[in-house]
Amino acid sequence: MTAYGLMFDNEYCTGCHSCELACRNHLDLPLGQWGIKLLEMGPWRKLDGRWEGKYVPVPTTYCDLCADRVERGEKPSCVLHCLAQAIEYGPLDELAVKMADRGAQCSIFLP
Amino acid sequence: MSELTRVSETPRVEELEDGTKVYRTAQWSPPGCHGVGCGLRCFVKDGKLVKVEGDPDQPITNGRLCVRCLTLPEYIYHEDRLLYPMKRDRQFRGQPDKWERISWDEAYDIIVSKYHELTAKYGPDTVSVWTGTGREASAYQFQTCNQVFHSRTAIHANGGWSCVIPRQTAMDWLLGCAYVEYDGAFGFKDRYDDPRYELPKYMLIWGRDPLWSNPDGLFGHSTVDMMKRGMKIIVVDPRANWLARHAEIHFQIRPGTDAALAMALNTVIINEDLYDHDFVEKWTYGFDEYAERCRTMTPEMAADICEVPVEDIYAAARMLAQKPCTASVGLKTDQNPNTLQICHAIWGIFAICGNLDNPGGIKLGQTMKNGGSTGRKGVGMQVNEEDTNPIPIAGHDQYPAMDFIINTTQPDCTLDTLRTNIPYPIEFLFIQSSNFISSCITQQPMQWMEACRHKEFVVATDIFMNPTIQALADVVLPVSTSLEHEGIVTFHGCNQPGQFHALTQVLEPLGECKSDLQIMLDLDHRINPDRTEDTEKWASEHGYLDNKIQNIPYTADPETGEPMTYEKLQEWVYGRYEIPYYQYEKGLLRMDGQPGFKSTTGRVELWSTVKNHLGEDPLPYYEEPRFSKRSRPEWTEEYPLDFVTGARRPTSFHTEHRMIDSLREIRTAATVEIHPDTAAKYGIGQGDWVTIENPWGKCKMIADLTPIVKENVIGCDHGWWYPEDKDTELFSVRKSSINSLMPWKEIGKLGLGSHYGALPCKIYRSED
Repeated sequence: MTAYGLMFDNEYCTGCHSCELACRNHLDLPLGQWGIKLLEMGPWRKLDGRWEGKYVPVPTTYCDLCADRVERGEKPSCVLHCLAQAIEYGPLDELAVKMADRGAQCSIFLP
Repeated sequence: MSELTRVSETPRVEELEDGTKVYRTAQWSPPGCHGVGCGLRCFVKDGKLVKVEGDPDQPITNGRLCVRCLTLPEYIYHEDRLLYPMKRDRQFRGQPDKWERISWDEAYDIIVSKYHELTAKYGPDTVSVWTGTGREASAYQFQTCNQVFHSRTAIHANGGWSCVIPRQTAMDWLLGCAYVEYDGAFGFKDRYDDPRYELPKYMLIWGRDPLWSNPDGLFGHSTVDMMKRGMKIIVVDPRANWLARHAEIHFQIRPGTDAALAMALNTVIINEDLYDHDFVEKWTYGFDEYAERCRTMTPEMAADICEVPVEDIYAAARMLAQKPCTASVGLKTDQNPNTLQICHAIWGIFAICGNLDNPGGIKLGQTMKNGGSTGRKGVGMQVNEEDTNPIPIAGHDQYPAMDFIINTTQPDCTLDTLRTNIPYPIEFLFIQSSNFISSCITQQPMQWMEACRHKEFVVATDIFMNPTIQALADVVLPVSTSLEHEGIVTFHGCNQPGQFHALTQVLEPLGECKSDLQIMLDLDHRINPDRTEDTEKWASEHGYLDNKIQNIPYTADPETGEPMTYEKLQEWVYGRYEIPYYQYEKGLLRMDGQPGFKSTTGRVELWSTVKNHLGEDPLPYYEEPRFSKRSRPEWTEEYPLDFVTGARRPTSFHTEHRMIDSLREIRTAATVEIHPDTAAKYGIGQGDWVTIENPWGKCKMIADLTPIVKENVIGCDHGWWYPEDKDTELFSVRKSSINSLMPWKEIGKLGLGSHYGALPCKIYRSED
């Protein structure tokens, strides 16, 4: 069976939180519960003066990869609403190829 | 010629199997935002909004939505929403338990009888109409004030009018066009892939964080779209925000020193002969004087003033001299007494490099019927009637340039007028969508409140009870949200290409809420029952919207050639509005249809004839921030830090959204960004409450330790009040009021620009 996942572009994720609330709308979760949670690393200045730091959205065990939406031919809710269009949904092998093409600052999550 | 086309053939309404109706519509306000026109799919079941999603058919946002739209049902059905008109005896102002529900008829009767009573006593200018920023209500301010109430007292209580107007004035006077924006291919069907478009090599982002501010109709994340395609950015900001951290060069300038940097960038371009000689020769006026003035600010001097590396100034200037390059210039260039000079020198960079109205350059605002400036004597304005009233509009005697700039009072002088009744008493306040005693628009908000507290009559419109209404109002009118009424949303009145969308009513208004537009029309019918001009326009919401649409140039229905109507646009949902490149070559910027720019000389005025006429230096110059360590060294020991304000968060629109639990879960309270080394020095830990204090006032915020600010600068949130503090005086509006630490009337020579940051302070841990 093909495994599906979510790929995040951590260079361009701007930390908008849209994934969190779009997901909560989809799963109808109450306050304090998250189907995806935005984590932040840094920021700090590196030794060369450039910045390190990124936002990393992490799907939780609530995440069902929006099975019913996908079945209707729609994008998962977090993918559709992400302001930076930094989330992609797909079969794991395809995502891995895309990740290799992207070359840097990506993550793939299986909820 | 500009043109209008339909974007999508998808039906406006779709019905799902379970009977849920899905309405497609564009969003504006309330709740507030800047009229970006994001596309919504609203799921309505049994008359109730159950969910909001993004609409992939919207050509700019493509289905993306921010957290404020994603929480619309929570906002619309919030238990604290105002649902009915209410009144309160004037002697009980400030008291939350004295409100009494009334009918619309009674509310209007009170307003109209007070209108007649007070105008008979004090004259028509005693009526004042106040708005905040962004919301739809701001589109009706001048009509409500001038045409419904016949008053000249439109008020934007913003020190130095430090929100867009200084920038727009510089656009008007220097560039001879209406509102300018970066070229993000907003009007093209295939957007960035349109063959006419070219991606900018560099975007200069100055004093703006468009990702969260979505300023004036701009979809901010389009900057990220362009970065993904290879555009590089150069950022000028005292905070290392997300964009700054992703920039080729980030100028983390000493707050308020912008003009020095802008002039020095010109200096490098001129000294190294990197400018566009043909463009300068053919289309600009006063280059030699401009060049000579800029060169008085060497990169070395600017590096010292701004506290940035000098090599970055050279490098950035060389990048920006290329073609095409564009700019994204924001609010912080307004919030400075030096504003007109800052903007002059920034636009100057793009003018002398020929990056105006070229593909991927700076998109010049279409002028034509919409005009550029909105001043009574503004350049290119269609002045129908000379103002022969010998009494000046409040503040226009002290700042006569305001007559040329904007159709409002001079804001700082308005506070004087409210206190002194000079040149006339302002006793009738109509406040629409402005929460001006919270820490956003006004400096010293409590002084503004005091000045208004004893006025004879105050009526306000809004969605929720807020500190301003609680403190001041005698009558409050409940406003409908964007999903409960109809309207249109365009990119800066179609001065810029892009959205031309319909707001559709998808819900019956809750309670007895009415739209801002309907309230204005209702008042008009009662005050001006015998109106003979534009009667169709004033008759109904649709009549008004049709008129508004048809006053925008080139909006005929592309299929029939007939004038466009709201009803037709509603079926389309989204329209796309295109404006050609190189308007100045095609005679599209000037009223007379001749090539050139809408200025006295017909050229880009690097030496400004308008400024010269108004008694201001026609060339840019640098003014040290008035309360900086260098201006006031004697204050440094007591107040060792400088604060900046205005950083935007996705979870609020200025003072709005504070009552939405899902958004408060993300940002719980006002925060102050402090460098970790500075925090350690003062014994402040992450999450501690901190007092920020200076000679003008003090307030409290929660410490956020972060290296994105320099050691000697702190970044303070604005616009906070705490709706949950219902039993505390005015929702604890003073607690986190950073604006109470700002002096007022420290403004530029022509009455524009004031310090909303670049101000001294000290910090210490709060005991409670």
